[in-house]
Amino acid sequence: MTRQLVFVLRRLLLTIPVLIVMSIVVFLIIRLVPGDPVLTMLGFRATPENVIEVRHQLGLDQSLVAQYFNWVGALLQGDLGTDIVSHASLAELLAQRLPVTFELTGLAMLVAVAVGVPLGVRAATGGRWVKRLTEGFVVFGISIPDFWLGIMLVLVFAGTLTILPPSGYIPFEDDPIQNLRYMVLPVLTLAVGEAAYILRTTRSAVSSVMGRPFITFLRAKGINSRRIIYGHALRNAGPSIVTVIAIQVGVLLGGAIIIETLFALPGVGRLVVTAINQRNYPTVQVGVLAIATIFIVVSLVTDLIVGWLDPRVTDGAAR
Amino acid sequence: MTIDTAATAQAPPVVRAHTPRSSRRLIVVGLAILGLLALIAIAAPLIAPHDPEAIEVDRVLGAPTLQHPFGSDVLGRDVLSRVLFGIRVSLLVSVSAVLASAALAVPLGLLAGYFGRWVDTVVSRTLDMILVLPAMLLAITFIAILGPGSVVAALAIAVIYLPILARVMRTSALVVTRNEYVAGARARGGSHFRVIITHVAPNALGPVIVQASVLSAFALQLEAGLSFLGLGTQPPTPSLGGMLADGRDVLIQAPWIEIFPGVAIVIAVLGFTFLGEGMRRAFDPKGVAE
Repeated sequence: MTRQLVFVLRRLLLTIPVLIVMSIVVFLIIRLVPGDPVLTMLGFRATPENVIEVRHQLGLDQSLVAQYFNWVGALLQGDLGTDIVSHASLAELLAQRLPVTFELTGLAMLVAVAVGVPLGVRAATGGRWVKRLTEGFVVFGISIPDFWLGIMLVLVFAGTLTILPPSGYIPFEDDPIQNLRYMVLPVLTLAVGEAAYILRTTRSAVSSVMGRPFITFLRAKGINSRRIIYGHALRNAGPSIVTVIAIQVGVLLGGAIIIETLFALPGVGRLVVTAINQRNYPTVQVGVLAIATIFIVVSLVTDLIVGWLDPRVTDGAAR
Repeated sequence: MTIDTAATAQAPPVVRAHTPRSSRRLIVVGLAILGLLALIAIAAPLIAPHDPEAIEVDRVLGAPTLQHPFGSDVLGRDVLSRVLFGIRVSLLVSVSAVLASAALAVPLGLLAGYFGRWVDTVVSRTLDMILVLPAMLLAITFIAILGPGSVVAALAIAVIYLPILARVMRTSALVVTRNEYVAGARARGGSHFRVIITHVAPNALGPVIVQASVLSAFALQLEAGLSFLGLGTQPPTPSLGGMLADGRDVLIQAPWIEIFPGVAIVIAVLGFTFLGEGMRRAFDPKGVAE
């Protein structure tokens, strides 16, 4: 077996315990609720009959271990349960909500990388003013809470200039252009903070590579500095940048929970927040499960990309 | 695991020539901001011009005036007084969350870094489990179970930061433990406990303090975010995030309800960020803190 294959298999196997721990955490959400979760969920609607019915429906009348295995078994067959409030199928609900979250976080990451990486390279290699301006952007991006930035963007672009809608959502299939118009402010809101992190990481990764002897050698060979920076320095800084981007996906997914609520986007994050306020635990579980699974899959894919970009990682892990 | 590769793939810390002056200036500015905010938080009942929860029907959405410099909110409450009290809640929740987290993370990290081997494995792998969920999602999961409130929010933030602070403490303790004076202290017959307390801990704490300051800045934002979602501090207690949620629907008519609490959050976050960055340059030259 090649080292690469060993690395990929190892990494895939390591994902299994992570998924198991995550599923146990999600499973326990409803079981850890102080008092009787069914009474809390039903509130004033609780009658002795429907308490028994809901308890049976959620499998709470079985032993904990049996409950867990039944739950995971159902999940693996695509049965995510039903929403306690609307009685809709959670699998269908998730299928409606996931694309919105994917669009929001995907576009935000795209914008953040498109802004952060080139600016980071410039910050590492440019003059004093470039360094000062980019440092200012980093401090600004990290210190401003994303949702407040979103509110201020709404105030400027929707309130004062009235060129963009303040909140709402139109499905992409219905009208792609309107869909993107509604997405501009939420995406920008999420992207600014991310861009600042990616800029900072790119800056420190590139500037540490620029100090290595092989860069001096390339300079002595007379290769132009553009090619050195983009062809060699950025290539070598790649693995650290990709790793940070993956960690930031988790931050982005967390941020999306707030931003979806702020801009009234019907994504998974808003689903979870609404469900928490309604004590709608099965929906909370499915939402958390979905976001956590995306996070774990993204981490896996990134580690594989880093292994491919930097063969030393593959070697070290395979040994 | 994700975390291991993240650590190995991270770029080596950049050695930048920071003058002691630049770090001192950042620390002074950070401390000045935080000192002022702490003073406001303590003295809020004395300096607030109005009762933050007093409703004035004829002042609903009132624009800023001399009596109400920050204007009035949807219920005619004075925004300035609410911001002053909001700073109090925000600082209390974020600082106590970070302190609670450090109180558990420092001993755990010390033990893991000092003893290594199975102690390290048990502590590190257990804490890694917390990192399975993204921070915000973990906080929300916590609140989904225990119900909303500022104490639960603080608790959730403390749990999120536990693995981060413990990891920094562990790395720092690991480096210090390798020093010969630690071996010397053991050879002279000092007990493990004594060596840890008098030799390892004092020399390994620097990066943790830096990290705690940086995390306080995020804790403030997290608390504000949770309160904005209605999952943190509960009304009628004024909180900066809660105020932003209240004014969201009247943003265009009464932007002052949204501007001032946000500015207060940004100033507080900048205070912790400056302090953290200044201390990083002064106490953590090797870049152990993340």
